[in-house]
Amino acid sequence: MNVITKPVADRVTLAHGGGGTAMRDLIDSVFTSVFQPDAMEDQARLTHAALSEPGARLAMTTDSFVVDPVEFPGGDIGKIAVCGTVNDLAVGGARPLWLSAAFIIEEGTDIALLRRVVASMQAEAEKAGVRIVTGDTKVVGRGMADTLFVTTSGVGVIPPGRDLAAARIRPNDVVIVNGVLGDHGAAILAARGEMALSGDIVSDCKGLGHLMETVLAAAPNTRAARDATRGGLASSLNEMAEAANLSIEIDETALPLRKEVKGMCEILGLDPLYLANEGTLVLFVPEAEADAALQAMRATEAGQGATIIGRAFDGPPRVTMRTLFGGARIVDMLVGEQLPRIC
Amino acid sequence: MCLGIPGQIVAITDETRQMAMAEVSGIRREVNVACIATKDLADLIGFWTLIHVGFAMSLIDEDEAARTLEALHDLGEAQETLEAMAAGTSALEGAQ
Amino acid sequence: MKYAEEFRDPTAARIQLDRIARLVAEIGATAEKPLHIMEICGGHTHAIFRYGLDRLTPPGIEFIHGPGCPVCVLPRSRVDECIEIAERPEVIFTTFGDAMRVPGTRKSLLQAKAEGADIRMVYSPLDALDLARRNPDREVVFFGLGFETTTPSTALSIQQAARENLPNFSVFCNHITVPEPLRVLLDDPHMMLDGFVGPGHVSMVIGTHPYDFIARDYGKPIVVAGFEPLDLLQSVAMVLEQIRDGRAEVENQYARVVPEDGNPVSLAAIADVYERRPTFEWRGLGEIDASGLKIRNAYQSFDAEQKFSVGYGADQLRRVPDPEGCACGQVMSGRIKPVDCPQFGRGCTPEMPLGALMVSSEGACAAYYQYGGHRAVEAAE
Repeated sequence: MNVITKPVADRVTLAHGGGGTAMRDLIDSVFTSVFQPDAMEDQARLTHAALSEPGARLAMTTDSFVVDPVEFPGGDIGKIAVCGTVNDLAVGGARPLWLSAAFIIEEGTDIALLRRVVASMQAEAEKAGVRIVTGDTKVVGRGMADTLFVTTSGVGVIPPGRDLAAARIRPNDVVIVNGVLGDHGAAILAARGEMALSGDIVSDCKGLGHLMETVLAAAPNTRAARDATRGGLASSLNEMAEAANLSIEIDETALPLRKEVKGMCEILGLDPLYLANEGTLVLFVPEAEADAALQAMRATEAGQGATIIGRAFDGPPRVTMRTLFGGARIVDMLVGEQLPRIC
Repeated sequence: MCLGIPGQIVAITDETRQMAMAEVSGIRREVNVACIATKDLADLIGFWTLIHVGFAMSLIDEDEAARTLEALHDLGEAQETLEAMAAGTSALEGAQ
Repeated sequence: MKYAEEFRDPTAARIQLDRIARLVAEIGATAEKPLHIMEICGGHTHAIFRYGLDRLTPPGIEFIHGPGCPVCVLPRSRVDECIEIAERPEVIFTTFGDAMRVPGTRKSLLQAKAEGADIRMVYSPLDALDLARRNPDREVVFFGLGFETTTPSTALSIQQAARENLPNFSVFCNHITVPEPLRVLLDDPHMMLDGFVGPGHVSMVIGTHPYDFIARDYGKPIVVAGFEPLDLLQSVAMVLEQIRDGRAEVENQYARVVPEDGNPVSLAAIADVYERRPTFEWRGLGEIDASGLKIRNAYQSFDAEQKFSVGYGADQLRRVPDPEGCACGQVMSGRIKPVDCPQFGRGCTPEMPLGALMVSSEGACAAYYQYGGHRAVEAAE
């Protein structure tokens, strides 16, 4: 692995997107030498025993990734691109198997950076047990993209009998999260440096495939799961309340939040419920299986901080939060991007 | 409006520009301390201050904070009611 | 967090809520004949909704949400002017995030940014100063917004820029003051306020004496309050005690932060850099005498209005009326509740705000909307 076939330049130029030898050299040396797809065809040809099982279904998902900065404490755009797509498959009950990866690269991008991103994609793919089987690169002029955009598509198999869907949530089901909220959003805010805030906040970016398998083994009647990314926990819960046509109530005192994330939110007037996560699993589990799910999750690294934060109940499709004082307030969808509230 | 939060001065970063490092719940930000400046800026280290848009605007008075907290927990007239209730409960327990 | 979490203790909250309930009963206020208490500051409005305090206090108290949200009271003409400055190619326009969505006549700063203007959100005017140092070939303009709390920060930044001879830094000054609009509200013949919760952070700068006229001339109680939920509950109880006892005084619940005479360094910086404009326009309230500040001539090279000949620096001042059908003025004076405005949740939403109070989450209407008020509209329909 990591055999560099030919030396290439330090920075990506438009020539690397021109279809000639420069492009081939870049792809060989940076991408295929690491991902090692089966054959040099323009398509991946896939066979897998799981597909032939009666009742098994294929799951497919796609997602584009842009993040500024491209590298941040706890990860980089490559790690997010693999985790994000693996997680989208996993929360639907699928076992992720294959990914494609497409790169839009800004002219002038440091090739060493590309190598780091690719290496972290491969490392994360190995951890998740998926293979990156096909890909594409395009180079655009300076200013036409912000360093690097990555699109990954993923294919997985849902074993027979599994059916996770928000519509299956029932009153009294409990809401479980796997750990602290808002770390990714806060880490990115700090890493951008625009607000000149510093603190030891690391993105929670991680794959959730193995954790989902653990949950489903311990709590087989788990109803639905989400990977609470953009828009934070609040947005995921609102989507689920809508799909389930039920009310969801969360308990303010039960929300797991890191001290630094709270501090960041206090300084900028932000609400952590809306901060992005990249490794936060939100589960709806029947009350009878909640303990089993929690115990199994806590025995894993990705689920150490697993805790119950609320429950579903009969009522209009909305999310409410029981506040510290026992008051209730509605936790709505965000209108646009969350902006600091300072002056 | 006027979001202000308590932070602790942990270091002086620039004497001439009157800048210091403040820490809020593990998050650090450089702030201007002109409004609370003492003759020797180093004396500010350890003090808690109210921070607004990157400026330390006021020193937090520890004694006043303690007094307010005490008043907040003071049951006042409700104290007697609660004591009466407690007495009632223990009387009942005693009867059982 | 020290000095914050202690003031969110549920046990003490129950004690204060009991105290409030007893006082309301003693005064004889009811849902039909409630006491109207105005929290002047938008930060208080936000905290009331954030912690659900309006639903925890007895029905005999009605909170009236005051004019203390600086982006909410900014007239459309001023937003238009700042966009005009921001769209100049040489300008880096810096602002607090709060102002990004405030609608001007045609667009907001957020829309101007999407169209290509170089607009950057900052946490502090110090960050704008830094940008000016690092971009000597660009004009860095800071959107000076806010009440007396924020005014010292831009005054000190301008003084610093003067010391450094920074030629490419200026402030578009929209600083306004708290006491003047309160006088306007109190002079309103429809006024029905029984007492005030005073703005804690404004008072840490100006002290508590600027409110003396409220107690002395208008016979209304005012308690300067902190921003944690317990601070608010205690302040409400203190206002109620004054009402019960027939007193009208200026009291200070937030003594841990607010000195009686304010902060001398801040006050000196304000006096050095700023002077009062004869009059300034407020969204929903109209022109208010001596309620706005301008940069003194001694610092005019740091005044964006002079530098770019806009607003009060232009040959002719532009006036833009408030949008039609907007009832923000009536909401702010407590005559109607946000949900009673015919536009609330229909022609006016946080996505497409028509009126000022829907703009910031500290505006009464946006706070109502965000924390569930619009559900009441849905239910009624």
